[in-house]
Amino acid sequence: MTKVLEVRNLSKVYGPGCMQCYESTGPEFGTNICPSCGSIVAAHDISFDLCKGEILGIMGESGSGKSTAVKTLFFDQEPTHGSARFYDSNKQHDLFSLNPAQKRNLRNHRFGMVYQNPSLGLNFNVSAGGNIAERLLMNDLRHYRQIRDRACELLSRTEVAIARVDEQPGNFSGGMQQRVQIAKALAINPPLLFLDEVTTGLDLSVQAAILDLILEIQQEFETAMIVVTHDLGVIRLLAGRTLVMKNGRVVEAGLTDQVIEDPQHAYTQQLVASAL
Amino acid sequence: MKETVLKIENFSKSFEMHDQGKLIPSSSNVNLSVVAGKLTALVGPTGAGKSTVLKSIYRTYLPSTGRLLYTTRTSNTIDLALADDHRILGLRDNEIGFVTQFLRALPRQSSENIVAAPLIRKGVDKSSAIEAARKMLQNLDLPERLWQLSPATFSGGEKQRVNLARGFVCEPRLLLLDEPTASLDEETAERVITQINTLKNRGTAILAIFHSPQLIKRLGDITVELRPPVAPETLVQRRH
Repeated sequence: MTKVLEVRNLSKVYGPGCMQCYESTGPEFGTNICPSCGSIVAAHDISFDLCKGEILGIMGESGSGKSTAVKTLFFDQEPTHGSARFYDSNKQHDLFSLNPAQKRNLRNHRFGMVYQNPSLGLNFNVSAGGNIAERLLMNDLRHYRQIRDRACELLSRTEVAIARVDEQPGNFSGGMQQRVQIAKALAINPPLLFLDEVTTGLDLSVQAAILDLILEIQQEFETAMIVVTHDLGVIRLLAGRTLVMKNGRVVEAGLTDQVIEDPQHAYTQQLVASAL
Repeated sequence: MKETVLKIENFSKSFEMHDQGKLIPSSSNVNLSVVAGKLTALVGPTGAGKSTVLKSIYRTYLPSTGRLLYTTRTSNTIDLALADDHRILGLRDNEIGFVTQFLRALPRQSSENIVAAPLIRKGVDKSSAIEAARKMLQNLDLPERLWQLSPATFSGGEKQRVNLARGFVCEPRLLLLDEPTASLDEETAERVITQINTLKNRGTAILAIFHSPQLIKRLGDITVELRPPVAPETLVQRRH
């Protein structure tokens, strides 16, 4: 198996931080707010590997730090501590020691991100096709016809009617906006894709279509993905391995079927037992 | 000389239920071997932990104690109780198959795609994989009109045929079977027995749970009897 990403001891603290932050927060204290300085320990000591074509699930309740982990990897947030190594086809990148230009370069050329809120991932002032074109232009596709063809190809791949390529995303339903966002993220065939609560709040039938699409992409392009969700069903369907987070810590990590059928941590047991 | 593919030593498994503060024993003191081309039959009463042994080999459960020594195709011996998750995923894709009592598959997929999926994951091209899948579905007598349909609406017996076809098609090195013929009629059960014999002849090591003594007699080369880890009366007493 080819390793794509190696994350070690990743931590993120919002606030001034103090000596007590890490030792007085976490699941055993039931909080991620430091009692001494009031800083929020959003994530602490997160380590994992991700291989080519693998989908890793990160599951946990709101505020457990699952999105924070992904946001630092996509450079939306600066980590407080830790390292992340991205293994590209012929070289390695130490993600947190790159300069801003290098970070932008990876974001634009090698990573894809799909946010829960489409307004974070899409520009609502330009058309659906324009959104995709923006990403293609960054990748040196300059010919108008080529860009338009590729945009249409991606939209039909994600089942957005091509007739609507020139409409602004604001005119679309939530599910369609999400598909345009996926099309945009996929435009450059990224080897690494981050999906943050992509189906949360969508109709069940739309959820199913988007989840199927994600699986097809995984099989077709062997894209490595990190799927952040609080939905056990999404984890069960997509992820081969799963991390369970609570109060900023990983409380359990394992093969998804093991985490669901033989959960070890009290919190995971409660989570699995609460599933509908 | 037949090669030992899996050797289990002093295996036990118990579940720790945090909310009830209880430790529930499921299997204990299990020792057994599974040999290439042979079928080891696990027998014992309900609650003896037979399925637990299979699930622990496959890492659906985490073993509590003991060693599960597996010898790979390339003659490396690894302890499945300690191997890392990626290693186990690799073995699931390439060497170890598991047919559980109930079909679990991706929704909205046709039966032939479900059966072909493990071959495609192994790197077989799509059309050959589908062809092999169809052949196996035919061997197990699933009517051809059902091949393109999702098993969601199938009867129990039809689902189980898809489940078995998926387990058989990639000829794993070690195959785990949990009551494979339980929901099948006699004629289909015969076809399954033929397939199991074919796999044995081709060198697959099989560990299976059967309830019918007749099947054990016909297919089993080694029989291992499990006993419940705690007598049922003791469990009741403990609760009080």
